[in-house]
This record gives sequence, C-alpha cells and structure tokens, in this order.
Amino acid sequence: MATSTEADFRTRLQDWLPKLVLSPSLAAILVFVYGFIAYSIYLSFTGSKMLPSTDLVGWDNYRTLWGLSAWQTALINLAIFASLYIVICTAIGLLLAIFLDQRIRGEGVLRPIYLYPMALSFIVTGTAWKWFLDPGLGLENTMRLWGWESFTFGWIKDRDLAIYTVVIAAVWQTSGFVMAMFLAGLRGIDNELLKAAQIDGASNWNLYRRIVIPLLRPAFLSAFVILSHLAIKSYDLVIALTGGGPGRATELPATFMYSYTFTRNQMGVGAASAVIMLMTIAAIMVPYLYAELKERPQ
Amino acid sequence: MSTLTQEAQLARAKGPIPTPAPTQDTAVRTGRVARTFIYLVLLLFALFYLLPFGIMVINSLKPLSEITGGNMLALPQDWTIAPWLSAWSTAQIGVEPTGLRPYFLNSILMVVPAVAISTMLGALNGYVLTKWRFRGDTILFGLMLFACFIPFQIVLIPMARMLGLLGLAGTTAGLILVHVVYGLGFTTLYFRNYYAAFPTELVRAAMIDGAGFFRIFWRIILPVSGPIAVVSVIWQFTNIWNDFLFGASFAAGSSAPMTVALNNLVNSSTGVKEYNVHFAGAILAALPTLIVYVVAGRYFVRGLMAGSVKG
Repeated sequence: MATSTEADFRTRLQDWLPKLVLSPSLAAILVFVYGFIAYSIYLSFTGSKMLPSTDLVGWDNYRTLWGLSAWQTALINLAIFASLYIVICTAIGLLLAIFLDQRIRGEGVLRPIYLYPMALSFIVTGTAWKWFLDPGLGLENTMRLWGWESFTFGWIKDRDLAIYTVVIAAVWQTSGFVMAMFLAGLRGIDNELLKAAQIDGASNWNLYRRIVIPLLRPAFLSAFVILSHLAIKSYDLVIALTGGGPGRATELPATFMYSYTFTRNQMGVGAASAVIMLMTIAAIMVPYLYAELKERPQ
Repeated sequence: MSTLTQEAQLARAKGPIPTPAPTQDTAVRTGRVARTFIYLVLLLFALFYLLPFGIMVINSLKPLSEITGGNMLALPQDWTIAPWLSAWSTAQIGVEPTGLRPYFLNSILMVVPAVAISTMLGALNGYVLTKWRFRGDTILFGLMLFACFIPFQIVLIPMARMLGLLGLAGTTAGLILVHVVYGLGFTTLYFRNYYAAFPTELVRAAMIDGAGFFRIFWRIILPVSGPIAVVSVIWQFTNIWNDFLFGASFAAGSSAPMTVALNNLVNSSTGVKEYNVHFAGAILAALPTLIVYVVAGRYFVRGLMAGSVKG
C-alpha cells in the first residue's frame, strides 16, 4: 500500500516537475514583461509627472504627445532613418552576398571584416563615426589637407542632414550581418536549378532577377523584421553620435521617451510614447512570429 | 594578422555558412571584366568597414597635438601608449579621475552571472518545451518569444520602480536581474530550436528505463548541448556587454557599466577634449566582444542562422 502511494507520488512529481522548472522563467516574463507593459499602458492614462500618480486623465497624454513638435520631429526622423536604414542595409547586404558567392579568393578574410562591426557597442560605433564625420577633424579636414580645398562634408552639424549621418553609422554596423543572412540563403539554393537556367540561355542578370532573388524571400523577410525592430529601438547610437542634436534634429522616439520621462518629468507623456513604440513593433512582430510558430507544428 | 588568417581558414573549413567545397558556391559563370569589378567592390567595402575603427586605433597611439593639428590617416610620428594608460586608470569619468578600470570590472561582474544564469535557465526551458510538452506550451513559448522584441522603453518606468522596491536600484545585482529577465526569451529560443532536432525517442527510452526529469537532462541532453550553449553565451555576452539603455537607466554613478562610463568620458562637456584618450577608451570597451568574436565568431553566425529566426 505504502509503495503504491509512493510510486503514485513519484509519477505525479514527474508530471509536475517540468512545469515547476519552467515556472520561474514564466513568472519572470509575465511580471517583468507583460505586467510591466500593462503598468506602462496604465501610466500613459494617468497624470504622472516626476512620480507615478493614480489620477486618470483619459487620452490627455496622447493628445499632448501628438501636439508636441518634438514628437513629430522624432516620428519624421524615425521614418527617414528606418526606411533608409532598411533599404540600404538590404541592398548592401544582398550585393555583398551575391558577390562573395562568386567563388571569391579570400572570402574567409573578407567575411569577418564585413561582420566585425556587429560585435561592437553602438556607443563605440558612435564615438568612431562622430569623429570621422566632424568637419574640423575627420574626413573633411583630411580631404582639405590632401589638397581638395573646397571639399565639404558637414552633415553632422547640419540640422537637416544630421539624421543621415545616423543612417551611415547604423548601416556600417549592421549591413555585414544582413550580408551573412543573404549568403546563408544563397548557399542553400540548388545549383542544378541555376545550371538548367544557364543551359536555357538565361543571362546572369536575368538569372538573379528571375530565379535567385525570388528564392531568397525568407531571407528578405527575416532581414526586414530584424532591421525594422532594430530601427525602432535605436537609442544608444543617437546618444553617442549626435546626442539628439544639433538642437533636437536627430531625436528619435526612443530618445524622446527617455528625455520626457527621466529629465523633463513628464512620465505620463513618456509612457504614452513608449506604448506607441510597442504598438508599432507589435504590428510587425506579431504576424511574423505567429506565422513562424504555426509553420512548424510539432 | 596570423590569427585572422587562421580564423579565416577555420571558418572556411567548418563554415558558419556552409562552404565545405567550391560546388557550394553559385554555378553562375562570370567574365574577366565582371570579376575585376566584383573584387574592386568587395575591397572597397572592406575598406569602408575597416576605416573608422582603424583610424580610431591609429589615433589612440598619437599625442593630442598630432590629432588636432594633423591628418587622421597619418601614422603617429610619436608613438605613445599614454592615452591608453590614461583611459584605463586616470581619465576623468563624471567627477572622479578613476579611468575606465572600475567600470570595466563592473561590467565583468554584471556580465558573468547574467550570462551564466540566463543560459542555464534557457537550457532548462528549451528542454521542457521540446521534451516534456504539455497543452498550451506553444502559446507560452510565443509569449516568451515576443518578449525578445519589445522596445525596452515600455518597461523602463516600472522596472525603475521595481528595482527601488527590491532595494536593488543603482546596483550591479539589479542590472543582473534585468539582463537575465530580458535575455531569457532569446536563450530559450536557441535551446528550444536546438533540442527540437534531438531525437525524442532517446528521451522516451530513458524514461521507460526509469530515468527522471533531471537525470535525463544531465546524462542525455546536456552532453550534446555544447554548440548551442556557445551560441547562447556569445549572444548574451555581446548583448549585455554592449547594453547602454539599462545601464544608463538603472546604474548611475560608481556602479555604471563600461558603455555608460565610456559615454561619460567621450561626451563630458568640461575641459579639453582628449580624443586620443576617448579612442583608447572606446577600443577598451570594444575589446572583450571583439575577442569573443574573433575566437568564436563562426559559432555565433552559425547559431544566428540556425537558431534565431529561421528555426
């Protein structure tokens, strides 16, 4: 009798053990991710200033937010930054991957050179580029010292052009990674397919346009998801490269949220901006993750 | 240079991207002019990627007068390691002339436990989610996966409050907690995808032989987890070491991590800007992740390809 209950207990324990092991992580995610999201959403409907408060103010914070010129600047900057960043990274990544795939001598040396920037912190990248782009010290100065007296490249000091320097530095950091994603895709394509098309007389250009690039669709999708998510989260690079300036010319939603919440003591407005960032990312990620998880039922 | 070539050869032999034989490359044929053009473009891009960091290295070895008065591409006339020594131990960070050394130690003390704990939990979670499946586990995994991609701005305010309540505000322990929690999704994802390919029959057989949950994990699962553990460790190490947002938000002052201290050094508005010291500091901050990348980069890329998005 005793042994049977003991065995029973053991089986039950074995049944519960996996869930028990999973539960701390799950609890942490539920509290620190979903609980915190709920709390931030709640805060965005309160009149919180320096400290969280409980008086509900309805949509006031959102109304204030959309009326702020700083927020509009941040959104326009994000639109410029994200679209250029995604398009240029994808274009450079695809070009380098296709070129590297042509039985290149020294591929093993080139690949790590293209990839190493992604190991660096955005603060380091920002420090390097800030100096390289500084008209008095970097590229402009060097070109003038070499005798090209009229050379000017002062984008980083120009209110209208500074956001493009953020694009340059961000592309430098990530495009090698996109190259690796496309290269993996290219190496997975069946060569027999290409040979058959060549026998049929297809030119290289048509071969890539009609056959190879359509086959890389999954890599395009992954690159888009990763790059758009990185773009919306971009914070460190702007801080290190321009500090959001000149003036507020390179403010992005991420830097806006931080300064309104922690330095301007407008916590309600800051929370509202964070909620909008989350919604934007969710609109991209949720369909993607849903498709990924549904594709492979196990 | 020799390590780089060695790395390259290794990379080609084992391949983060499978390149064991030339037949893996495309079958497309290219003419001589086209090939010259391709090599030219590839080399130009290599220059583009090397230049900013290379310039930083060169200029960190110059005295300040050579930088402000001279050409950034010129080699130092007066080689000096003084900027490196200054960045490491005497440069002004915030208000204290401590150099980056204490912050470097802060980052080490933060990154080691955070990586170890999140990788361990990720392995256990991946094991449960693939070999001990239950109703609704895919939904739970989906919840964990989405957590990887949230913009961290949405958790900054509540997290600051929570750390205050726990008495962990402004401490390294607080940062460890933060990095473990927000790294869990990725580590779980890696291990889950890796274990999914491991034959479940072996686990079943061990169960029939009477082996329990932990016994199977220790004896059967863990011994084959090497490659994915390396991926998880590298991923977490790089992300946590390079994090700026959490460090700046939750650990001001003397407990700040390396990235925050570097930003303070570079963007402090007082005094003469010692660019050579800034560069030495930036390279010091980059060194750990660069070393990890050079030593084990091929696993990293392979893991990113296999584990993160493509499944």
